Amino acid sequence: MAKIVSISDAVAELIHDGDQIACEGFTHLIPFAAGHEIIRQGRRNLTLIRMTPDLIYDQMIGMGLAAKLVFSWGGNPGVGSLHRLRDAIENRWPSPLAIEELTHAGMVQAYNAGAAGLPFGVLRGFAGTDLPKANPSIRSVTCPFTGESLAAVPAIRPDVSIVHAQRADRRGNVLVWGIIGVQKEAVLAAKRSIVTVEEIVDDLNAPPNACVLPSWIISAVCLAPGGAYPSYAQGYYDRDNRFYQSWDKISRSRDDFLSWMELNVMNRPHSDQEPAGKLRI
Amino acid sequence: MKQAYSADEIMTVSAARLLQNGIVCFVGIGLPSKAANLARLTHAPDLVLIYESGPIGAKPSVLPLSIGDGELSTSADTTVSTSEIFTFWLQGGRIDVGFLGAAQVDRFANINTTVIGPYENPTVRLPGAGGAPEIAGSAGQVLVILRQNPKSFVERLDFVTSIGHGTGYDYRKTIGLPGRGPVAVITDLGVLQPDQHSKELTLISIHPGVSLDEVRANTRWELKISPSLETSQPPTADELSVLRELEQQTALAHARLGSLAPTLTAKVDRR
Repeated sequence: MAKIVSISDAVAELIHDGDQIACEGFTHLIPFAAGHEIIRQGRRNLTLIRMTPDLIYDQMIGMGLAAKLVFSWGGNPGVGSLHRLRDAIENRWPSPLAIEELTHAGMVQAYNAGAAGLPFGVLRGFAGTDLPKANPSIRSVTCPFTGESLAAVPAIRPDVSIVHAQRADRRGNVLVWGIIGVQKEAVLAAKRSIVTVEEIVDDLNAPPNACVLPSWIISAVCLAPGGAYPSYAQGYYDRDNRFYQSWDKISRSRDDFLSWMELNVMNRPHSDQEPAGKLRI
Repeated sequence: MKQAYSADEIMTVSAARLLQNGIVCFVGIGLPSKAANLARLTHAPDLVLIYESGPIGAKPSVLPLSIGDGELSTSADTTVSTSEIFTFWLQGGRIDVGFLGAAQVDRFANINTTVIGPYENPTVRLPGAGGAPEIAGSAGQVLVILRQNPKSFVERLDFVTSIGHGTGYDYRKTIGLPGRGPVAVITDLGVLQPDQHSKELTLISIHPGVSLDEVRANTRWELKISPSLETSQPPTADELSVLRELEQQTALAHARLGSLAPTLTAKVDRR
């Protein structure tokens, strides 16, 4: 059964220096509040796994938390570069960053394999590209039935997966809807998991076949209204596209980035980030 | 004479026209998404748009900024997991046309979106692969849209992120790729198609007011020109008005504060 605890307690107890962590959410439901708490608690030497690093990993990389990044698309969607990620790769600032690069199709099969308890995922992919040269863990297997050569990628098994969802009930069962990305796969592939939610309710009222993560596969559920902002939570608030555009300017220079982080993350514990108005619980 | 439309507009319109009504199109974000939605709002109302984030049959009223904006899901026939999109729908062979953008292409329409310079020590780190390599491999056919200049149309790619026609001829068949690969590359200067045999990109259409010298100067290899080179049809008044309305509504929507808009943004503006 999931424990319902504060984000700071969940991060303190479940995420350790050197862990492999996966903060998932495909543009939707990106766990910013949890990511900011990891930054505030000063974890180090993390392997960050995420299909689209997005602003949250740009911030974690820029703050020097990451030793390695496993990803498949590292840009600011619709805007351009992730400047802190680029600075780490191009100039090793603030520290060198090892990268392991896949494609979206490769990464979902790696998560599926992790969730399925298999050692590797298989797909028809990578043929003709330079990606297997850049990432030696992209290999091939021969189909025992047809002889076709297929791509193989090692399973992703994070120490901790962290996702955001719309709703939990008081026992810690979680309901997620809209663009669900690899939320479920990431939680099932991980040894431990943290799910932050917009609200905790008496009854999920989930229709049959809804995407529900049962309480007993989750380590901790944390209340975090607005916890996906500046990404979005369908049914609660929209993506702040204007903020994504403004991040391009904020993150371009190291000094601007650091002072923004100081002002908006380091000096603002989680409760301060709860949005005003009707969403406050 | 000054045209009544921009180079970007004729690029988008030329690309949109290549999407037939009723086909299933796996859409990349940015220029592909703009052209595909223009097609849907003009001649192809039954075009099925699939985005890699999970929406199937998306009908957004404004262009999404990200590949996973909420309206893609709320306007779609259904939204499935990202794993399902790539496994069942793309790899399963359900996609007629994959529609991709690119940072760089070479003469065989291979695509680089990974690095400029050596991989280990890049001059410019680009975003990387995303969904493109498997879309390029598995979609029935592929359209590529990008602006044409000496930095984007290069003699040799530093990194092959997504395969086009490899080294040409039967390359795709030899390595067992299921899809036909790129059938057209649409730019702000014209439209190119792979030669039937060699698969080398050949300029088949040039936009009005663009000279051949200009196209050559913006291509870093010796460009093949079709003997039956045509001049592209300019955008119609209807195409232009739908495109401009779409762009205007999109700009307004993206400039709006997020509905949550807590203090983070305000603090940025004060700095």
